Amino acid sequence: MAKFLETLKKYAMLIILVLVYIFFVVMTKGMMFSPLNFNALITQNAYVFILATGMLMCMLTGGNIDLSCGSFVCLMGAIGGILMVVKELPAGTSIFIMLLIGVAYGCLLGFLVAYVNIPPWIATLAGYLAFRGLGTALLSANSKTGSIAPFPQTFLSLFSGKIFETKINELNIVCMAVGVVASIIVVAVNFLNRANRVKKGYEADSMISVIIKSVLSVAVIMLFAYKLAMAGGIPTVLVWVVAIVLIYSFITSKTTLGRYFYTIGGNKEATRLSGVDTKKIMFFAYLNMAVLTVITSYIVIARFQAANAQAGTNYEMDAIAACVVGGVSAYGGSGSVFGMVVGATLIGVINLGMQLMNVDADWQKIVKGIVLLGAVVFDILAAKKNANK
Amino acid sequence: MGRILLEMKNITKTFPGVKALDNVNLQVEEGEIHALVGENGAGKSTLMNVLSGIYPYGSYEGDIIYNGEICQFQKITDSEKKGIVIIHQELALVPQMSIGENMFLGNERGKKSAINWNETYSEADKYLKMVGLSESSRVLIKDIGTGKQQLVEIAKALAKNAKLLILDEPTSSLNETDSRALLDLMLEFKKQGMTMIIITHKLNEVVYVADKITVVRDGSTVETLDCHSIAISEDRIIRGMVGREITDRFPKRSGVEIGDINMEVDNWTVYHPLYAERKVVDNVNMNVGAGEVVGIYGLMGAGRTELAMSIFGRSYGADITGTLKIKGEEVTLKNPREAINAHLAYVTEDRKGNGLVLSNPIRVNTSLANMAGVSKNGVIDVDKEYQVAVEYKDKLKTKTPSVEQNVGNLSGGNQQKVLLAKWMFTNPDILILDEPTRGIDVGAKYEIYCIINDLVKSGKSVVMISSELPEVIGMSDRIYIMNEGKFVGEMKAEDATQENIMACILQSGRGE
Repeated sequence: MAKFLETLKKYAMLIILVLVYIFFVVMTKGMMFSPLNFNALITQNAYVFILATGMLMCMLTGGNIDLSCGSFVCLMGAIGGILMVVKELPAGTSIFIMLLIGVAYGCLLGFLVAYVNIPPWIATLAGYLAFRGLGTALLSANSKTGSIAPFPQTFLSLFSGKIFETKINELNIVCMAVGVVASIIVVAVNFLNRANRVKKGYEADSMISVIIKSVLSVAVIMLFAYKLAMAGGIPTVLVWVVAIVLIYSFITSKTTLGRYFYTIGGNKEATRLSGVDTKKIMFFAYLNMAVLTVITSYIVIARFQAANAQAGTNYEMDAIAACVVGGVSAYGGSGSVFGMVVGATLIGVINLGMQLMNVDADWQKIVKGIVLLGAVVFDILAAKKNANK
Repeated sequence: MGRILLEMKNITKTFPGVKALDNVNLQVEEGEIHALVGENGAGKSTLMNVLSGIYPYGSYEGDIIYNGEICQFQKITDSEKKGIVIIHQELALVPQMSIGENMFLGNERGKKSAINWNETYSEADKYLKMVGLSESSRVLIKDIGTGKQQLVEIAKALAKNAKLLILDEPTSSLNETDSRALLDLMLEFKKQGMTMIIITHKLNEVVYVADKITVVRDGSTVETLDCHSIAISEDRIIRGMVGREITDRFPKRSGVEIGDINMEVDNWTVYHPLYAERKVVDNVNMNVGAGEVVGIYGLMGAGRTELAMSIFGRSYGADITGTLKIKGEEVTLKNPREAINAHLAYVTEDRKGNGLVLSNPIRVNTSLANMAGVSKNGVIDVDKEYQVAVEYKDKLKTKTPSVEQNVGNLSGGNQQKVLLAKWMFTNPDILILDEPTRGIDVGAKYEIYCIINDLVKSGKSVVMISSELPEVIGMSDRIYIMNEGKFVGEMKAEDATQENIMACILQSGRGE
């Protein structure tokens, strides 16, 4: 029983996510459960997953944030528009130039934060103000409407649309096949991990819990695969999101580089005296954030098929909220990519659910605010309870 | 027999799963200095938290009888109103504020709506005089030393009309001279009729000031010794604390040959990183051989930590000059990584502040300084990391249910072992141990000493920085004495006594 409660606590956010989802399915009379809304959940929130991954890396180093990323998305949109639409450069060249600009900004920001010791929120507040202004100015200088379009099809198909698109309500075979392969991989990894641990005599989950975990994972994957297959196929952004999430999961949990992000957040001085170049890590956190922001800008342009001045508004807050709801410590040192994904999905589900229920936009903000606060309070109370044990 | 001012009767306090205090009894007479001693985690601080109302009435069993009445404190202010004031181990002063502001923090002088600054500062000055401080109360806390800050804390307590003063490890961050001054101040207060309880690990202080000693062990009071009826020795107190006789506080090291010089430092001078003209380390020459324990004794602020950190990859200080030779070869170590690669290790005095990542498990802390040892191409082999952590846990006898335990949950002594494990895993030839036994109990100290002996037996060199004279004398083969940034003496352990080491320091001070 005690073990059961512990498991319950470990997956508390996940359980809340499921409950909230079911709540919205009921409240929208099943509309939430439709294939199109599965698709919407992913395409609407792809930007949060990618930005929040970068934000997670910043926050791990000690609760540091990047306020400039939303405005940077807007600026990159404007630059992308000028390159691809006004100057008519090829998509590949434009993508590369945008990435270079991102790297340049990341280096500057990383330098300011890591080597000049400017508090991140101030260094990035400057970008928050300046990039929005610069982006808007560039857009209005190059377009009467303040919005640049249309972008070339090669660019759009790289970051939006579907893979092997089929008609809606027609089962997409590729999507189902990918679902099956993913399921097999997940189950194999679960069992191999356990076998490996048992062989080496480490503490391992019981066979039953591995089976339950596998069955649940397969159920979720196949549900998604089926729904997406009925909605026309795998959204292209999902490939980007999954790739980024997997890469960063690996980095944070399995590499020495990732380990240093955690230890710096836990105790920067101890990490420095252990021979780690802590400044380099801080530098990397912000360089990485800028690069992921550029990738976000690609998918945002592609989704709206245009660059406009409102793009990226409040994205930085969405990313921070996803991390915080997902259990990433606001003081640094703890949090995981998995938690962040759950947090981002929870916020996405609440957003979509309220839209479908036609909840007033102001009330949507109020609810999100309460959820954010609730998540943090829950986290802190849980930590306290653990500490008292 | 004086009047009993405070009686704590059958106090039992349980935390979920742990009985922190079990039927504790404590009697304090008016006008005495009562020492509370015991190993770390014995329950001394918990007992004082019960007394001061941090754990409110009802959360414990038993009675507190103060001044003849049963007290039911709900919060700290309740006990302070009665004149029970506790001064905690960690100084609770705001560095950017003045002495006066700090002294009346939460107890401001003046009307409800406005602070009367003139009254604040004139009263503050009055209390400062009582503790023998000549500073103006308008000076900022950050501009005075730790010793004086501790006195400000006491003045702050006096300003609250303290009748029973509780001092929790008041000298833990003070040097020998400041500690002595503080203890003398306590004796002075006693003459004026103040009652005090002192919690301390330093038994020589207990012997110096205490009228009575209550020994706490594993959450219960073992005995109360009256210092006036029998002569109390430190060994007698230790016997009570650990429940057995420690015949030798420092384990013998025999048959260790001192070999070639492993590290040599010549004309080493370091300047303060902020105040460019201030020399923190001044022309220091030292060496340490294989299999040798070299002690560096000095008061706090003598520049010992600064010396060690500047050697360790220039992690402290500016404008460092001098030569560093490791195994006869001159090297320049520009950062901690290069120092580690040169088989040098620096085990910090501040294990919580810059030694350990408290929110991470033992496993992660053990491998932190040598991730290359548990990874391949930047990918961590968690199995190997786990095995390494377990190996060191067993080797150093770290008490923990598992290496996945967060270091923050361990006791001071076990944290110190994890810190040592981290540096031993970097495979160093030379270990600089900065105050390796600070704030840990007698039993754990002995184990740390044994680890040091094992290290030198395997041919490593140990430089041990300490401000505890008996420890330096008991553990070192050779001792350097440091004062105001300079080495003012060097002696073999067999020639060293507490008196001639202190004489060295006093003489060097006079020479200026």
